[in-house]
Amino acid sequence: MNELGLTPFLVLSAFLFACGVTCVAVKRNAIGILMGVELILNAANVNLIAFARFNSGFRLDGQVFALMVVVLAAAEAAVALAIILNFYNNHATVDVDEAKDLKG
Amino acid sequence: MSLPVILFVLVATATAVSAVGVVASRNVVRMAVWLLFTLIGVALIYFLLGAEFAGAAQLIVYVGGTLVLVVFGVMLTARGPLVELRTKRNEWIVGGALGASLFALLVAVSLKLGSPQTTDDAPIPGTGQLGMTFLGVTETSPAGNVSGVPVNKPIARTQVAYFLPFEIVSVHLLVVLIGAAYLARAKRRVKP
Repeated sequence: MNELGLTPFLVLSAFLFACGVTCVAVKRNAIGILMGVELILNAANVNLIAFARFNSGFRLDGQVFALMVVVLAAAEAAVALAIILNFYNNHATVDVDEAKDLKG
Repeated sequence: MSLPVILFVLVATATAVSAVGVVASRNVVRMAVWLLFTLIGVALIYFLLGAEFAGAAQLIVYVGGTLVLVVFGVMLTARGPLVELRTKRNEWIVGGALGASLFALLVAVSLKLGSPQTTDDAPIPGTGQLGMTFLGVTETSPAGNVSGVPVNKPIARTQVAYFLPFEIVSVHLLVVLIGAAYLARAKRRVKP
């Protein structure tokens, strides 16, 4: 584990983050955008746990924060899906380009 | 090449390919399947980093919970067998350029960062210590070098535990789930 430094994990995390941002920017389906957000949160989590492993001052803190991010991501997915379902009930589409008005 | 390096290369390649699959596939169901593989790969990365509990939680909460929720959302909002919303070509160009520039920036920063030396005197905390931290019993970290602080400077780290954030997250999850159930409740369709 020692010859494998911190940098490969950071590069992997950066790649996941870039994929997530591209997914959020490109997709027109609202659920696709939600999946991009999940990718971004996972990239942040990889960073947290890698720093927790390679910096002995944060052995526990990184894992604690990563667990909280996982829980908050689950909550965020639940609310976002509820909003998407509500929008689909009113507009019969999940295309975010159609979401122009606040009142259904 | 030792075993961790080979394992990391394998898992990281699989994760990255699946992430590209999430971005590149048009069908929402295929995106969900690629996302499943990405999440499993990230959980394996956690296991490689010695964070067993976080990896297990990732598998249970993400793969078992969130992804099932997402698949339910896909099924509830699908209209036909071919659920595709085409993206325009210039949107692909703008989004791809944004992602590539962000990736280049982040890689440049992380290459400049360098690896902090791993001091293996402090053992990796196990699940028990993590749970005690959440319950607020012990201090969080063993005394270790905090990077960015000069060596001879005394570090004033108070003994903090994560009981209050744990409670806040719990109540937050409860409130959010009640709110989501209220938002997504079945309503009578109003005839236009």
